[in-house]
Amino acid sequence: MAIYQKPHALEDVSMHFCPGCTHGIVHRLVCEVIDEMGIEGDTIGICPVGCSVVSYDYFGCDMIEAAHGRAPAVATGVKRSRPDKFVFTYQGDGDLAAIGTCETVHAATRGENITIIFINNTIYGMTGGQMAPTTLPGQVTQTTPFGRDPKVAGYPVRICEMLSTLTGTAYAERVAVDSPAHINAAKKAIRKGFEVQKNEQGFSIIEVLSTCPTNWGMTPLESMERLRTEMIPYYPLGVYKDITAEK
Amino acid sequence: MTSEIALAGFGGQGILFAGKVLAYCGMLADREVSWLPCYGPEMRGGTCNCSVCLSDDPIGSPVVNDPDILIAMNEPSFVKFIDKVKAGGYAFIDSTLVDSECTRTDIKVFKVPATKLAADNDLQGGANIILIGKLIKETGIISMDGIEATIRKMVPAKKAQLIENNMRAIRLGYEYAE
Amino acid sequence: MANERMLMKGNEALAEAAVRAGCKCYFGYPITPQTEIAAYMSKRMPKCGGVFLQAESEIAAINMVYGAAATGVRAMTSSSSPGVSLKSEGISYAAGCDLPCVIVNVQRAGPGLGGIQPAQNDYYLATRAAGHGDFFLIVYAPSSVQEMADYVVKAFDMADKYRMPAMILTDGVLGQMMEPVVFSDPSDSTVNKDWAATGHKNERKHNIINSLYLQPEELEKSNIARYKKYDIVKAELPEAESYLTEDADIIVTGYGASARIVRSAVNAARAEGIKAGMIRPITLWPFPAEAYAKTVDTCKAYLCVELSMGQMIDDVKLATSCRRPVRFFGRTGGVIHTPAEILEQIRTIAKEELK
Repeated sequence: MAIYQKPHALEDVSMHFCPGCTHGIVHRLVCEVIDEMGIEGDTIGICPVGCSVVSYDYFGCDMIEAAHGRAPAVATGVKRSRPDKFVFTYQGDGDLAAIGTCETVHAATRGENITIIFINNTIYGMTGGQMAPTTLPGQVTQTTPFGRDPKVAGYPVRICEMLSTLTGTAYAERVAVDSPAHINAAKKAIRKGFEVQKNEQGFSIIEVLSTCPTNWGMTPLESMERLRTEMIPYYPLGVYKDITAEK
Repeated sequence: MTSEIALAGFGGQGILFAGKVLAYCGMLADREVSWLPCYGPEMRGGTCNCSVCLSDDPIGSPVVNDPDILIAMNEPSFVKFIDKVKAGGYAFIDSTLVDSECTRTDIKVFKVPATKLAADNDLQGGANIILIGKLIKETGIISMDGIEATIRKMVPAKKAQLIENNMRAIRLGYEYAE
Repeated sequence: MANERMLMKGNEALAEAAVRAGCKCYFGYPITPQTEIAAYMSKRMPKCGGVFLQAESEIAAINMVYGAAATGVRAMTSSSSPGVSLKSEGISYAAGCDLPCVIVNVQRAGPGLGGIQPAQNDYYLATRAAGHGDFFLIVYAPSSVQEMADYVVKAFDMADKYRMPAMILTDGVLGQMMEPVVFSDPSDSTVNKDWAATGHKNERKHNIINSLYLQPEELEKSNIARYKKYDIVKAELPEAESYLTEDADIIVTGYGASARIVRSAVNAARAEGIKAGMIRPITLWPFPAEAYAKTVDTCKAYLCVELSMGQMIDDVKLATSCRRPVRFFGRTGGVIHTPAEILEQIRTIAKEELK
């Protein structure tokens, strides 16, 4: 009996992600949930623009590539035309919280019955390490070479907190993938998101604090440490909205 | 034969509706018809106008620049359109709201105090239809039978009172003598 | 009510015909002068099991269409010029993914916020640059309320047939005007969409809807394949109406609302003894060049009439191989030309070009 194997919903291809990047972990968690719920044949995923742009090659369900930031609108079109399908988007912080803020907020406030997997690693990865809407104050990036100065570049946006204020948001949780315990919690949250969708309860978002060793200029281990010491204090983990718990 | 009709007045006087009545009536008579409204901010209480064409041939431009027939329901509309009416054409003017005198002698001008007639006969908002009654009488481009069929089609059966009111307005205009 | 003549606005007739054509999803956003389409759909769609959704932006609306079209259903959005600029991103993606869908542009005057009155200033946008990249849309230009209904059905059918987005390029005159319209019976599309993302039910390999090719050679191959398809569309789809062209010395040409006014002017010119005719392109892409080419030997001069500063005239010159003078007359900014103005142009050409 196999005790560890590739999820069926994950295609058997080599991924292009950098060494130490946590995208692979999150892909795996999503696919494990799809497997466990037995929904691969009824799931349609939407890819963003960013590092996970070619994830349509990795997820085994039917996949659609969206324009930058538009994944929640594309997912809306998919879900409205095929309400019996599971629909998820997989988006990074630039895609979701900058160019796609409008689509994200309105999908949430409509209570669109979709699940968003939101990767927050405080940086634009694919374009080579520029400031993201989630870049922390003082953080050096290619476009904040002296560190992000809020007086010039404003403050990082806390997506789960913001979306939790919207009535249409059914479930919003922030998780991290820096330790086995956190990874287990992350998987539980993703499962919860899909369950909320299954029960037609509305919009769910799971924000995953992730690392980007390449663009942070750190080793994978140093990156995990930064996630814990710098990111979590600014982006506290936890459930920000759960209508299934409110009774 | 083609009749190009311009209807003009304030927003809220039923200018667009009166135009639709004419177009609908033409359609029921199996003619070619078009109706084109002004649209945009003008609709909200400013001047408002629409173009209606009734023809036996396919209609080219739906924009009426030089009408054969003008219905003018306020002073600005009268001023704007009266000189554009084709020679030999008709002008139907709500004289309750238009003070200016028409100096043209090459068109037939009919002044009907439509707004006052409507108020006196408990037909508020019916001045537009009163003027159509007069138009039917003087131009003959549509028939009384046709207009009745039109109003019965356009007004939902549930609102029988409205049908009766509109027909009363038509007859008031039709029978009005200056 | 299938064959009854109904008096309807062009926008509403188009919306009703779209529903009858099997449009399952409509995503829109208010903008004058096309808002009647959204308003009509908001009433009609819930009654027939379809989807109406007012999007948060034009950008979101076209991307919702993209998502719905990716699942294989017939989907449509509509807007007016400034809104169509916003949609150009999504249109390019739909073209790059070979997604059939319909986009309606009820043109108003530009550039910028421009005005809300009718215009035909998006010809280039529709036929040349509906978004970034190498691609075309099928573009229909109806000229009556009846054609607003007929060609939206055709747009859906051809979009499905050739797997590409189609646009209805119309204007504020046709959108706002009422004329009698007769609807044809609902069409029953049976196009096989085995490429769509519908959930694979564990019965096939996953479908991917995508326009990204990181290898230049692969993208080039994809673009070349798409242009081969365009060659077929160019051979099969061009459509035009020729009116009194056989003996015409002067051919006046215009599309949509302009064509109606041109027809009036041509009739007036004939009444004066000037041999005028009209060519009215119905497909703007592919442009019906053949309709022009076969008149070049006999026609002495052309006049292109648009509600713009002159955009379609480029295609008229190409279609006539510049063998005859092609003059231009246009009004812009929302001003609509009159038959008298066009007649005056015809008279001038008769004087100057016909010895």
